[in-house]
Amino acid sequence: MIVKLTNNQIAWRAAQDIQDGAYVNLGIGFPEKVAQYQPPGREAIFHTENGILNFGEPPPKDEEDWDLINAGKKAVTLKPGAAFFHHADSFAMVRGGHLDVAILGAYEVAESGDLANWSTGPNGVPAVGGAMDLVHGARRVAVITDHVTKDGKPKLLRRCTLPLTGVGCVTRVYTSLAVIDIEGGRFVMREKLPALSLDDLQSVTGAELLVTGTVADLIVPEL
Amino acid sequence: MDKTVADPATAVAGIGDGMTVMIGGFGGAGSPIELIHALIDRFRTTGHPKDLTIINNNAGNGHVGLAALIGAGMVKKLICSFPRSADPVVFTDLYLSGKIELELVPQGTLAERIRAGGAGIPAFYTPTSYGTDLAKGKPVAEFDGRCYVQERWLKCDVALVKAEIADAHGNLTYRAAARNFNPLMCMAAAETVVQATRIVPAGGIDPEIVITPGIFVQKVVAVAHPRQEEDLNRANAVYPEIA
Repeated sequence: MIVKLTNNQIAWRAAQDIQDGAYVNLGIGFPEKVAQYQPPGREAIFHTENGILNFGEPPPKDEEDWDLINAGKKAVTLKPGAAFFHHADSFAMVRGGHLDVAILGAYEVAESGDLANWSTGPNGVPAVGGAMDLVHGARRVAVITDHVTKDGKPKLLRRCTLPLTGVGCVTRVYTSLAVIDIEGGRFVMREKLPALSLDDLQSVTGAELLVTGTVADLIVPEL
Repeated sequence: MDKTVADPATAVAGIGDGMTVMIGGFGGAGSPIELIHALIDRFRTTGHPKDLTIINNNAGNGHVGLAALIGAGMVKKLICSFPRSADPVVFTDLYLSGKIELELVPQGTLAERIRAGGAGIPAFYTPTSYGTDLAKGKPVAEFDGRCYVQERWLKCDVALVKAEIADAHGNLTYRAAARNFNPLMCMAAAETVVQATRIVPAGGIDPEIVITPGIFVQKVVAVAHPRQEEDLNRANAVYPEIA
């Protein structure tokens, strides 16, 4: 029985790759956790689609200002050097290639870098928000996700089966078991949990995992 | 020149059946709730306006503001990016029973279509949605080796906007992240109607800090203590039964 990483640990690992001074957009929900694990001495500037750069922690309860929210409509605070802007400028930052990294959740990721993270099919009310814009702007588009679905099915696939958010857009995937890059239309191994063999990992992955060099141990603190 | 009008009812009097109306705000931030409620009041008394096409980022939350407008049966079609919320029951029920039409637009594309409408640009190309279901039926072109989707401008008959300070000429400032879609919608409307927390005489806003120049604004009305959708929803408010 392999102990997989918790969501906090996946978020921690993703945070280690964010450089000092980077402009970063975190998808709503799970990816928001990445902000909590910035390495000491590094300061990233967080962007939210609804028009704030350099927002910070949520305020204490009952001190919320509902004109100061993030894309998930949660109350936030401002850090020194924050800025407000309208939606067209906000998405100019996104599509114009001004963000260093976007970190998003995923239903499925394909070895081609295709991402499905906005629709689980024709039932219910469809909602896309800013996901389709974010995948086509940031210099790096990373995904954080459990390695498999709740039913144990692979989320890393040869081709996505769900409606796409974007084509060929993901560059790195941080999962509960491994860190995998997407290069030349292939999943390339970078790190894996030390207790896990490559065969174990391949057996829960829906496309071939390529090993082109050393596969480092994926080691994270207890969180 | 004085663009000030007496009250929200007068401000929204020009909205008629079948019109396309942009409503500012992202969730509750920047949502002109008092203008929306004035429109609902007129509908309850006169049966008009109805069959509206509404453009907003969302589909309302709870039973106030945009959700109440939709719930009153005044909206034929909604153009938005994210029709889900903490309490989306009003829109969801109508949508799933086929009583309201939805045009789903990626958020950045929605913003740029509105900006384009206001700037006189009938169409533009964006990488967003290329290769997805939301690009179906739209022209695609390659520029410098990358594929882009053609999107059309969005314009409207009336925009309802929330500002912080307005002057008599319609120059506007906004508050924090309540800015969002509001400045873009001012540009894309034949008539822009603004509710402002404070209205000052011309010269009362430093020109250096004007966000929306008055050329984009036709009417301003003072709403000194605007309600916040989030506060109303936390109190389980239902319009028109707000105390």
